[in-house]
Amino acid sequence: MRRFWVTSCLFAFLGCGGGDGGSGGGGGAAETAPLGNASISGMVMFSGDAPANPAIDMSEEPECAAKHTDGPTNPIVSVTDGHLANVFVRVVGGLPGGPYPVPSEPATIDQNGCLYVPRVVGVMVGQTLAITNSDPLLHNIKAVPTENRLFNISQPRAGMTSNRIFTAPEIMVPFECSVHGWMNAYAGVVEHPYFAVSGADGSFTISGLPAGTYQVEAWHETLGTQSGDVTVEADGSATLTFTFGG
Amino acid sequence: MATSAVSLEPAAHVEAHELSFLRKYIFSTDHKIIGIQFLLMSFVFLLFGGLMAMMIRWQLGFPERPLPAGQLLPETMAPGGILLPEFYNSLVTMHGTIMVFFAIMPLLVGVFGNYLIPLKLGAPDMAFPRLNMASFWIAFSAGILMMAGFFVEGGHAAAGWTAYAPLSADPEWTGVSGGQQIWLLSIAILGLASIMGALNYITTVVNLRAPGMTWFRMPLSIWALFVTAILVLLAIPILSGAAIMLFFDQTIGTHFFDWTDGGQVILWQHLFWYFGHPEVYILILPAMGMVSDIIANGSRKPVFGYHSMVFALISIAFLGWVVWGHHMFQSGMNPTLGMTFMISTMIIAVPSAIKVFNWMGTMWRGNIRFHVPMLHSVGFVAMFVIGGLSGIFMASTPVDIYIHDTYFIVAHIHYVLFGGSLFAIFAAVTYWYPKMFGRMMNSTVGKVHFWLTFLFYNMTFFPMHDLGIAGHMRRIYDPSQYEFLQPLAPLNRFITVSALLLFTVQILFAANFIMSWFKGKKAGENPWEANGLEWTVASPPPHGNFAKVPTVYRGPYEYSSPLVEEDFLMQTRKLASDVDPAAAGP
Amino acid sequence: MSWILPPGASTFAGDIDFLYYVILVITGIAFVVVEVGLLVFAIKYRARPGRKAQYIEGSIKAEIIWTAVPAVTLVIIGLMSGGVWNHIKGRNSIPPNAIPYEVHVKQFEWNFTYRGPDGQLGTSDDFIVRNQLHIPVNRPVELQLIAEDVIHSFFVPAFRVKQDAVPGMDIRVWFEATKVGEYEIACAELCGLGHYRMRARVFVHSAEDYQQWLSDRAAAADEE
Repeated sequence: MRRFWVTSCLFAFLGCGGGDGGSGGGGGAAETAPLGNASISGMVMFSGDAPANPAIDMSEEPECAAKHTDGPTNPIVSVTDGHLANVFVRVVGGLPGGPYPVPSEPATIDQNGCLYVPRVVGVMVGQTLAITNSDPLLHNIKAVPTENRLFNISQPRAGMTSNRIFTAPEIMVPFECSVHGWMNAYAGVVEHPYFAVSGADGSFTISGLPAGTYQVEAWHETLGTQSGDVTVEADGSATLTFTFGG
Repeated sequence: MATSAVSLEPAAHVEAHELSFLRKYIFSTDHKIIGIQFLLMSFVFLLFGGLMAMMIRWQLGFPERPLPAGQLLPETMAPGGILLPEFYNSLVTMHGTIMVFFAIMPLLVGVFGNYLIPLKLGAPDMAFPRLNMASFWIAFSAGILMMAGFFVEGGHAAAGWTAYAPLSADPEWTGVSGGQQIWLLSIAILGLASIMGALNYITTVVNLRAPGMTWFRMPLSIWALFVTAILVLLAIPILSGAAIMLFFDQTIGTHFFDWTDGGQVILWQHLFWYFGHPEVYILILPAMGMVSDIIANGSRKPVFGYHSMVFALISIAFLGWVVWGHHMFQSGMNPTLGMTFMISTMIIAVPSAIKVFNWMGTMWRGNIRFHVPMLHSVGFVAMFVIGGLSGIFMASTPVDIYIHDTYFIVAHIHYVLFGGSLFAIFAAVTYWYPKMFGRMMNSTVGKVHFWLTFLFYNMTFFPMHDLGIAGHMRRIYDPSQYEFLQPLAPLNRFITVSALLLFTVQILFAANFIMSWFKGKKAGENPWEANGLEWTVASPPPHGNFAKVPTVYRGPYEYSSPLVEEDFLMQTRKLASDVDPAAAGP
Repeated sequence: MSWILPPGASTFAGDIDFLYYVILVITGIAFVVVEVGLLVFAIKYRARPGRKAQYIEGSIKAEIIWTAVPAVTLVIIGLMSGGVWNHIKGRNSIPPNAIPYEVHVKQFEWNFTYRGPDGQLGTSDDFIVRNQLHIPVNRPVELQLIAEDVIHSFFVPAFRVKQDAVPGMDIRVWFEATKVGEYEIACAELCGLGHYRMRARVFVHSAEDYQQWLSDRAAAADEE
């Protein structure tokens, strides 16, 4: 009899799965309910000559090398016409208190051509981050955060998705791939939804804000952090520019 | 009886009080019940370990195909039913762990040590019956804890059953933290149970032999269990200590194995294998001892070279302490140690060879009855010799450069542990089943089970030598990543199919075991016409075993003795020419 | 299904393969003796009505023979093996003219550091190639294995070379390739989930092709 109960409990556990990472998003609200209608839009500039990014030797990964028409480089400092991409911009002060509803839509990050795309991604605490593999080979997603639990998982085939949820804010959670030492990405985990990542043209937009004055921080993986203040009217928009030097 | 140690006086309270069901069958202090408890627990773990092996083989044989019923597994283990590499590593780890610690070791030492030692020595029970009960329940708890490791975040331990640091020491390298910690705790707790058992066995053998049961009248099964218990007592604490050190590195910030902070990485390997090598002898000696008893019985002849067999057992146990470095030839340790460990390893092959020849000598000019235990025992000799011979290749350090960490080693391991220990376990379970349960197992089913197992077993494991010679590494989730391994895919598939058949065929043994419990032919006291003391009492024996303290007049292997008509002569049978021993004791 | 070793391509292969075949023959003989013996005994001495077993307790002479013969055989195998082991792995076995490389071994890549045109490791013209080891034929090479995280093992089946790379230990392995060609490197110690894919390649060049490759590499490095 004893063995029966133990076995049943074991089977019950089996049905629940082996820990976090099951599909399905974080918190309650179906959509992020914006607190207001104001927005901050802006530009991240790079002054000076853009540094050359290091070349990546993909000769032993032919399926990935084939996806890069020019020799692949590691986009550590990604500058196009004086505009800097992959800067993580977020509001750090001036917000009314939370908690803020967590979107059911996941944030996404892909592995394509043996690079993390995007290189920088923002996600809310409790929001699902969907990690996908578009390469037909093994990637090993390893995150060694300081405020969150580390994970070290594999995606041996194309088309796989793994979902992770972060439980604490952290700027920034570093991602590596142990199979491809050049692969890096960063996830900014924030308690509120007021963040953005600058695109290839350097632009970013943070919307849904109530009227007010906000302190904003822009983070780059090698060029440091910059701050700025901005005030927005209700239903209005304001601009902010950050300039990182070479 | 107020004292905890048991004396030779027959248990006066045998019929005095009726124990509750709980005290009689669950929290029993009767060594026979405890032996059966270990038997049932071990069979469950043997099943789990076998299932894991099937999953591993499925991945190696059919890597693109989802595992049958694989959708039952969570996404963190096998999305779409296809194993993830990290789960594969965990399966490899847990297959080894469960088979070594929760199947083979308790089957040999926990089951037969418990069941046979008092009965075959003429004692009413173990020296410390309550310690014995504690040792089972502690082992059982360790088993439950070990299984819990599958359900924690990050998954179960995935650093191999050998748990080499730093892979096992820092969660960063595997993503596993709770699982490895549970593994370490479970091993330490199991170690406690093993040590308790060893203390009991040693004390019982030294102190509780019936009058006339001198050391050299003890059956080889008991000699082997005694020597094994000494190995357990000395080796297990080293594992427990190492496990605790590793646990501390994981949890409280020590750096025993952390090279970045004054620790030594290969210290783990030295500690583990200093335990690990005696451990493999723990996993084979009881099997050898029981096979000796059964081959003598089947051949109707004394064991050839009984004294040599005893000395061979002792030599193996003794030499087993100075060969551990052969697991570490390529580890980066001082190459001079490669020379010294090679010599000691070559030498330890000799006593095993002696035993093989003595088993053959026992069969020579015998009158062999091929009952099911005898079939398995001869199978044991035939398979163990292959495992032993393959060991010579790896003992040669230069050859080991090539075959270390390949499937040649996996073949060797399985020839000694399955072809050896598990066949011996099948033999021993079938042989002592009537004594344990009062019924015979079905002989026809037993023979079919033996032949099919023997066939599929060799089809599974013999080709692994070839994989190893071709350079196929161990613990590899997907061999097709290497061009030199791609031509071996058909062989891997062949092995997988054979393994699946091997696993399926075990249903015959399981069914035979269960059905015979209820429907087997009732067994008398001595269905095998054997000589040991256990065959002088009822099947199963009453609590307290012997109504009167038995007296022993001769050794255990007086088969086809010229002194009597029958082809067996029991140890306790008094002939006209026999003299009673002067006093109790050696 | 074969017990024949794959072709070897280094100076170690001859010695190691010879030892392997010697052991194969010896163990093969022992295997046949035991298995045939068991089979013959099982058939010849099976129980039949009217038969009796012979009451034999043993034979000191037999014990001596089957102790001495295995012991002597095994000691001989050990002594034969010792010289080869010393030649390959001995502390002083690395030839002084071996070309030095550094190998930074990590989960799950091999980063080979080449000494560059100045012929010195540890200078600014060193360059690293991921998962590719280029060496000249018929020249000894020495690899310093530097493990960065966990234990890995450098295994080149064709060269009969295997050496664990242990974090915190200074470990060197040497060999000399004898045939031009391309060979695979595998990791032979469980090192994590990517262990199965920790593959690299050795390119053994003729002396001229090796020089050409080096200068092509140096030129490409200059361009960066």
